[in-house]
Amino acid sequence: MGEITNLGLEQDGIDLSQFYAVFFEEARENLANMEAMLVDIDVAQPTEEELNAIFRVAHSIKGGAATFGFSDVAALTHELETLLDRLRRHELSLKRPMVDLLLEAGDVVKAQLARYQGGGDESPETGPLIERIRALAAGADTAQGASAGPRCLDIRIGPLKDDSAAAGLVELFRDIPSLGSIEALDDRQPSAEGIRRFKVTTDSPDSELLELFSFHIAREQVRIEAFDPAAARRSGGEGDGYGFFVDPGTLPAAVAEKELAASAQSEAARRSDARSRNAPAGALESSTLRVSVEKVDQLINLVGELVITQAMLSQQAKDLDAVQFSSLLSGVGDLERSSRHLQETVMSIRMIPMSFVFNRFPRMIRDLESKLGKQIELKLVGEATELDKGLIEKIIDPLTHLVRNSADHGIETPAKRLAAGKTPHGTITLSAAHQGGSILIEVRDDGQGLRRERIAEKARERGFPMREDMSDAEVWALIWEPGFSTADQVSEVSGRGVGMDVVRKNIAALNGTVELDAAEGYGTRITVRLPLTLAIMDGMSIGVGGETYILPLASVVESFQVQPGMVHTVGATGRVVKVRDEFMPVIALDEVFGVPRPEGRGPAEIMMIVEAEGKRVAALVDDLLGQHQVVVKNLETNYRRVSDISGATILGDGRVALIIDTANLVRRARH
Amino acid sequence: MQSILAVDDSASMRQMVSFTLKGAGYHVIEACDGQEAYEKAMTQSVDLVLADQNMPRMDGVTLVKNLRGLPAYTSTPILILTTESSVEMKSKGREAGATGWLVKPFDPTKLLEVIRKVIR
Repeated sequence: MGEITNLGLEQDGIDLSQFYAVFFEEARENLANMEAMLVDIDVAQPTEEELNAIFRVAHSIKGGAATFGFSDVAALTHELETLLDRLRRHELSLKRPMVDLLLEAGDVVKAQLARYQGGGDESPETGPLIERIRALAAGADTAQGASAGPRCLDIRIGPLKDDSAAAGLVELFRDIPSLGSIEALDDRQPSAEGIRRFKVTTDSPDSELLELFSFHIAREQVRIEAFDPAAARRSGGEGDGYGFFVDPGTLPAAVAEKELAASAQSEAARRSDARSRNAPAGALESSTLRVSVEKVDQLINLVGELVITQAMLSQQAKDLDAVQFSSLLSGVGDLERSSRHLQETVMSIRMIPMSFVFNRFPRMIRDLESKLGKQIELKLVGEATELDKGLIEKIIDPLTHLVRNSADHGIETPAKRLAAGKTPHGTITLSAAHQGGSILIEVRDDGQGLRRERIAEKARERGFPMREDMSDAEVWALIWEPGFSTADQVSEVSGRGVGMDVVRKNIAALNGTVELDAAEGYGTRITVRLPLTLAIMDGMSIGVGGETYILPLASVVESFQVQPGMVHTVGATGRVVKVRDEFMPVIALDEVFGVPRPEGRGPAEIMMIVEAEGKRVAALVDDLLGQHQVVVKNLETNYRRVSDISGATILGDGRVALIIDTANLVRRARH
Repeated sequence: MQSILAVDDSASMRQMVSFTLKGAGYHVIEACDGQEAYEKAMTQSVDLVLADQNMPRMDGVTLVKNLRGLPAYTSTPILILTTESSVEMKSKGREAGATGWLVKPFDPTKLLEVIRKVIR
């Protein structure tokens, strides 16, 4: 039973597949923990605690995989467990190749599990990997074997009529200490066939053992094999997979049967007593609950509706007489507070700490170090900062790109760093912090920074319009342009260096912004700002003709009254405005959205400067109606895709207002 | 209803054991390591303890030793669940005062079979 068996999907009418989700989640967490521990571990001096914890990961995954029938996962983790067991027992000492192999094996287990979860491709080939793990696990043995070290043997004797021969063997080892050691592999009882089993550790060859044993037992009654712990677990008499150290007759099951008749009454009393003592047990048991994301999203959606209804009620109630409807008004006030609280609480369910993203970087940096021949220290700050699950998942790729860039292009080689008077190892700092309704994520390195001339040169080569008096910020901003790359060489790690424009686009799609700052020779800092959630947004409602639209507050720079002579006409139809020495295109939103102008109303008089992807446009609007939080509804799923519109929301008075896709608007105006 | 204290650091194993036992009509108290199990055992009445061997904070054998030190647990059946070499584990389990052992992986049928031998 100690070996791995595939139990199939059904056991005793219980469908084991219902436990898969928990197992997968747990295995994922376990593997992530193992990876983090392996990356952190001091190879020269691993602590007991670390070795035990890593062992437990393999042990736990193996146990679950074997139980739930994932036999290939169980087989691989079994090998890992064997290696880790020897490490924690100090039979082997930890070496860097072992850490590498353990990390590699962890990746394979991840792939195996992904395949069971319906993702991933073919089942990974594990044969060669298992061979390598075995070779490492056997490391000490082979080393000692060369110097004729002790061998571990599994010795069976019998069939025996009595135990005297077995006792004789044990005595033999006591009398001749240099022979090695012997320990019983059974319960000091012969099996049904009269066989006894021993584990013997000895330097002596088989012939010498047989010679000595022949004092007590005939040679043909002795069988010597190499000791295999797995085989020991399968030893005879234990095939049931369980056993008792006590006489089964004394177990409560048997005792209870005897006592049953005599003490039926007192038994019942004891039981009810036990039950009452058990009463608070339920409350203590579980402190967490796993719920599907769908359920949470449904809840968030419903709360969104509730908040809208509440806002409608509040608006209607505003006009009521405060004295006559005092209790109604106070009820509406309470409703507003409760629904806000409810909304915050429900949104917090979807919040996940940034460590979910950050935790993958130590491993990545470790791999990059060896690939790039650099020394990099990774500092993580603010891992507990929480962010919406949907956003977290979408920020992984852009952040990975940024960190990889820092390692590849930012941090210099140790030689170069020493020549520049720096420490040989570079530092990349990843930090996250809340700032108002946003989260600020920073990727900072103390590498070579950006060289203004090189960027300017590349920009010219690629035909970007350049001026002599451009500020540093303007030059750095070129990095984000599509098709811009300064990488001197195509590297395996960062590819061709393209993709910064993709990073910005992806972040903009999350209503976020990204900025870069650099100092030549000192390092680079990239700041990503994201909203905490995509479900609620700070918006500014604006009047265009007779309609109301919402502009994401994050993209609004400023607004002012249009003065005569401010707007210049360029060419046939183009209009531009000069704001603080910067010319930007002017767009009339009523024209963009085809909203008819009400009778007798002059041209729009308010200009709003809107920024997206680092570019600005001036939008002409009729009214500024106010700032408020809006619950974002997806227009595509509820209606269809509309250009220049990113979503919709329901206003306090029940009307639908469209949310303007500022990125698209800016792109269309500046193309 | 009889109470079984199921101790395992693996949530999926706990869930499987708990589901199986509840289905068979037992009251199940879960604990995710020996320390938590010990604390729960002190405040609640338990008819059987199923303890995984390898757990953080307090392992199965230590839990057995500690439980046997409590007057209420001198004769309560305690089974150790293990995938480790039975030779070494078994002698440790026996010394600590465990009632018996069950090798992982086991299936729900086997679990119930063993439990019905120990309590009724």
